[in-house]
Amino acid sequence: MSDFQRALVTFQGVGKSFGAVRALSDVDLSVQAGECLGLIGHNGAGKSTLMQVLAGTLFADCGALLVGDQEVRSSYGVQMARQHGIRCVFQELSLCPNLSVAENTRLMSPAIRGWGWRRKAKALIEASLDQIFPGHDIRGDDIVAQLPIGKRQMVEIARAFVRVDERLDLVILDEPTSSLDSRVAEQLLQFVRRFVCTGGSIVLISHILGEMLDTCDRITVMRDGRVVEIRPAANFTHASLVECMGSAAKAACEQHVFVSRRAHGSPVVTQRPARQANAMTVNAHPGEIVGLTGLAGHGQSQLLIQILRQCIASGQGAALVAGDRQNDGVFAMWSIAENITISSLAHLKRGALIDPDAEHALAEEWQKRMGIRTPDMRNPILSLSGGNQQKALFARALASRSDLILMDDPMRGVDVGTKREVYSIIAQEAAKGRTFIWYTTELEELDYCDHIYVFRDGQAVLDLPRSQLSEEQILRCSFVEQTA
Amino acid sequence: MNASTSLPLKGAAVKSSGLNYARLLRSALPGVSLAVLLITIFIMQPRAMSYMGMNLMLNLAVPIALATVAQMLIITVNDLDLSLGSFISFVACVAATLLDQHPVLGCLVLLGCIAVYALLGALIHIRNLPSIVVTLGMSFVWMGAAVLLLPAPGGSAPEWLQSLVRIKTPLLPFAIIVCVVLAIAVHVFLMRSTLGVVLRGAGGNPLAIAKAGWSLLRIKITMYALAGTFGVFAGLFLVGLTTSADASIALRYTLLSIAGVILGGGEFVGGRVSPTGAVLGALTLVLAGSLLSFMRISPDWQIGAQGAILIFVLALRMSVNRLEARPL
Repeated sequence: MSDFQRALVTFQGVGKSFGAVRALSDVDLSVQAGECLGLIGHNGAGKSTLMQVLAGTLFADCGALLVGDQEVRSSYGVQMARQHGIRCVFQELSLCPNLSVAENTRLMSPAIRGWGWRRKAKALIEASLDQIFPGHDIRGDDIVAQLPIGKRQMVEIARAFVRVDERLDLVILDEPTSSLDSRVAEQLLQFVRRFVCTGGSIVLISHILGEMLDTCDRITVMRDGRVVEIRPAANFTHASLVECMGSAAKAACEQHVFVSRRAHGSPVVTQRPARQANAMTVNAHPGEIVGLTGLAGHGQSQLLIQILRQCIASGQGAALVAGDRQNDGVFAMWSIAENITISSLAHLKRGALIDPDAEHALAEEWQKRMGIRTPDMRNPILSLSGGNQQKALFARALASRSDLILMDDPMRGVDVGTKREVYSIIAQEAAKGRTFIWYTTELEELDYCDHIYVFRDGQAVLDLPRSQLSEEQILRCSFVEQTA
Repeated sequence: MNASTSLPLKGAAVKSSGLNYARLLRSALPGVSLAVLLITIFIMQPRAMSYMGMNLMLNLAVPIALATVAQMLIITVNDLDLSLGSFISFVACVAATLLDQHPVLGCLVLLGCIAVYALLGALIHIRNLPSIVVTLGMSFVWMGAAVLLLPAPGGSAPEWLQSLVRIKTPLLPFAIIVCVVLAIAVHVFLMRSTLGVVLRGAGGNPLAIAKAGWSLLRIKITMYALAGTFGVFAGLFLVGLTTSADASIALRYTLLSIAGVILGGGEFVGGRVSPTGAVLGALTLVLAGSLLSFMRISPDWQIGAQGAILIFVLALRMSVNRLEARPL
């Protein structure tokens, strides 16, 4: 990394406010050609805002934006960003669910046109997918709505690398691995390195420290809308990164001694996955945190839905924290407070009506507990950053009085500090006797679970107590039949 | 690595073929329900199975099909047009009065109507108004204008219009040919062209379309103007058939067109529409009326029975949708 390289893009003193909230102030940053620049920080630190400015979907209020040597801030927009070969994969999925994969590709590449454009688009996107995610099994004429969220994210990423007689210098990846399982995420990161080696640039935003340290050339740390540190990745360690982010969280909670709760008592949940061939069931005892793992999309989410259906049918009740927050999580038109209190309304009644004071108090309480960053809980939920929306969804589930809480890969797009806060809240609640069933794509999170079930092809294939947890065994079980 | 890639592939192949089956079933449903309806009619009244019979049954279907396509274009961008029926009535009144007596002025008024539709699209987008409210208001405006123009039923459609809609085509009745051409043309435009993809995308995820650098304003204006154009065609065709107009001639088209779109496999939100389905849906609605007449059900009960047919077909579709439910 020499300092004499050509700067592709340079921010100089860029600022941006939304009303009274100052999202960016005085940001200086440059992206070199042929490097992978990491961008890290808390939820709401301004990473996504900065990248939206670069992608042309938001306008900076002040400062200068240089592409090459040209000052472009005043006339910048999406089209201009594209002309300069800058593309962005946004954190909130931006595919049209009603269109096919090939049609979505066309939306981004106006150059695909003329007779047979569908065939061209299909060939291009499939080639791009093959290149980045070998073995992806997505076809160009699949309708996006019918793909699971991980595949949608793969399409979205592959789409950004489709090139038809255009420049492609810089791709911004905003939490690209958040819905991908570890194998696919690894494929992507390898591709990022290959892309960088051929002279392209990548800006990578991620909350997974390991992948940032391994993949990036330089890492930029942001806090409260400012850049606080830029260093070559080699000069960072896990610990120094967390320190730079100013994370309020304490170090990872010390490992509790594992005590099985299964010696006595009966499970609250005993569920056989729908496609299970043998008699194995997924069990959860009161106060247990049960982890579901394996490759993404191998029946973990279905099991959660199955349990949820049964709990509702039996009148027992259960709360679900959705991972696919756009589709299954937020009520987009409602305020943050309403989004949180919806599952607790039965307890907020005065007579037959909802008590607004109690509702307000509950929302305030959970704003404090979860640290939701907003000046007013009556703001619309979409005014929050992705990670904060997810916190609100956690608050919704935890505020309800359900004893069983199902979590469908809920930590997508949540920063390290928040994650740790949520982990400790989960541990507290479990200690009070609540039961958690937690599907996660991040292996590190399994450390918090008492029992781990590994899924493959819609079936639970392995039940591990925490004391026997090993990454290697999980990976082996995820891929091949052990008895073979 | 070998083992890891081959395994998911195998599972997915099975899964996606099942999905495509459901997708096929879903798009076949409007055609199947129309075919069942036609066969029932032919069994009950074999004489309907002739050029003459089809012509009689389907003549009034063309304006409804045109109105359904107009409604479908609006539904594509997640809006709903409650003024379509009174708009078509107004167009019919213009055609029966102004267009006959002052052709140039009549044409200008019709073009003005389309411009008004385009403006409505712009207004709804810029002010972020609910389309239902705006079009509900507009429905009174159109109706009032129609009454001003033609206080009592009457007027007469221009000769050329009357002869145009009564063309006798060989082999297949004109109505069927028009419906087929309409379905294919709109299908090619909306489902196969690159512009159509952008327009439908605006219904599926407007934010994504805006982020990709397209103007939502222009998309809404385009859709509303197109809907207005099809509305004008519907009014002209209708008045050509009836030869005279009346300010409330097409009021029921509002609900018929919405029902047609939904019957044809469209959905209110999310940009999921089907032009061929919409045309088939319109035909189904019209034929359901004929079937009830053949069954000698008294007109008092016909509307209720038509509703029952509608509910039955929709229930069928819900069960197909369930098959198609999002995997994983």
